[in-house]
Amino acid sequence: MKPTRVTNSIRALRFANGEMTQADLSTRIGVTRQTLIAIEQGRYSPSLETAFRIAHVFKVPLEDVFHYPDTSEENR
Amino acid sequence: MTHQEKRAWIMLVVSAAAYAAYAAVVLSRAGGHPLTRVPYAAALLWTVGASIAATVVAETALGIVNRGESRLTDERDRLIGALGDRVGSSFVVIGAVAAMLMAMAGWDRFWIANVIYLCFFLSAILGSVAKVIAYRKNVPQW
Repeated sequence: MKPTRVTNSIRALRFANGEMTQADLSTRIGVTRQTLIAIEQGRYSPSLETAFRIAHVFKVPLEDVFHYPDTSEENR
Repeated sequence: MTHQEKRAWIMLVVSAAAYAAYAAVVLSRAGGHPLTRVPYAAALLWTVGASIAATVVAETALGIVNRGESRLTDERDRLIGALGDRVGSSFVVIGAVAAMLMAMAGWDRFWIANVIYLCFFLSAILGSVAKVIAYRKNVPQW
């Protein structure tokens, strides 16, 4: 069992989009508020489909929402 | 707390209470005699039946109390549910294999019935604990 290395900017994007609440965003992407909180805190990596739904709500590309460390740098 | 996490807590509490009640009844009836001579079957069936009834009542009460809350089950709930089921089902298999070996070795029926019941209990408890931990901490990533 390993913690996720995926980080995200959901919290910042929510505030940049009219201080959207967690309840509002979770309803729009079809998950519970607890799941959205877990995603925001990096305790759960969402499915690709949910990740795209989040990006679509904010009208930004996926990589503006989710980030993953460049492993090619570490392998050198 | 999501609806599914509350259900995991209900399963955890009801299973623990039912098995504790069963163990207390059987041990109190032993009174210094060998456990294999203790009448256990009625107590076992009653506690299994009572735990099923208690789970239904508790979940119905939960539904009434939280009438306005969402009952949405999402991908994380399904993932955690599958994790808990996987942990729990391993103990059902262990119980079945243990009971088979004990029957082949000619153990008393008391022990065979009780090892199966113990593994059902461990399956419910550890499956629920795995779900609660996954809800509270991280969902395991493989």
